[in-house]
Amino acid sequence: MALTILQELEQRQIKAEVPEFRVGDTVRVGVKVVEGTRERVQEFEGVVISRRSGAVNENFTVRRLATHGIGVERTFLVHAPRISSIKVIRQGKVRRAKLFYLRGLTGKAARIKERRD
Amino acid sequence: MIRGVLGRKLGMLQVFDAAGEVIPVTVIKVGPCVVTQIRTKDRDGYEAVQIGFEEVAPRKLTKPQQGHLQPAGLLVRQLREFPAENIADHKVGDILHVDLFQVGQRVDVVGTTKGRGFAGVVKRHGFRGGPATHGQSDRLRAPGSIGGGTAPSRVWKGQRMAGHMGNERVTIQNLEVIEVIPEKNVLLVRGAVPGPRNGLLHVKHAIKAKRGAK
Repeated sequence: MALTILQELEQRQIKAEVPEFRVGDTVRVGVKVVEGTRERVQEFEGVVISRRSGAVNENFTVRRLATHGIGVERTFLVHAPRISSIKVIRQGKVRRAKLFYLRGLTGKAARIKERRD
Repeated sequence: MIRGVLGRKLGMLQVFDAAGEVIPVTVIKVGPCVVTQIRTKDRDGYEAVQIGFEEVAPRKLTKPQQGHLQPAGLLVRQLREFPAENIADHKVGDILHVDLFQVGQRVDVVGTTKGRGFAGVVKRHGFRGGPATHGQSDRLRAPGSIGGGTAPSRVWKGQRMAGHMGNERVTIQNLEVIEVIPEKNVLLVRGAVPGPRNGLLHVKHAIKAKRGAK
């Protein structure tokens, strides 16, 4: 019984619909940012290198190469109200659940095969 | 009004606030509590309101306990007393709910911490222990020196050593109330609270709350 109240409170925060995406996919994430009084959507595009489940705490990490080949990673909570959209740009075919090995690779070696199905 | 009520810790969660920030919260089932007795200056020498929490079957209580709870009209498992600003606000049989608390106000939560038994100095006081290598044996979690030699020829009072840890009453002050859900008798409070899940808690109006914050 104790658990159900907690689960209910948790369910309340979970988004009804989350776009399907997997590790290895290239996604564009829309993040709401508040600048002073204005609110705008900032986009962050990159490869999903990790995804962790856990109800409200479900999260994923997106890695992209910024200027000068510097890797930038951001972790997002799937159910955060600040995430306005997750668009899959390209589906990737990978054989691992976590792509942390990409951190050590650049250029040709860091490519991911495209998934077609 | 009464200064506090009883509750049970249900567990922890995280919740998004209006700005989309994540807040760690503890979910507490608060009340309903029934007023079982009023302590008065004349009769008892002090003023307080005695309340009961968690309804229970008659066979779980002794006859004297049942007799005591007769005027309240409800048999309860837990009895506690809390001071009140004005005891005349309450009468025996009244039911108290979570709506005693409002979102944004501060509360103090009292609970009994998880018992850790006889704990060593590393767990209990955060000592570093000794080196693992370089020919050491049996020093890994040792406390080291406990004081001087001939000079005091005794151990100072208050020297931190191994001993019983946990299972003690702890008060966490000034926790912010994040949400009140009266239909479910549930209170969401920012941060952690002592004790295990299902541990009995006292939830009180904060005594050190900033004026105006309430």
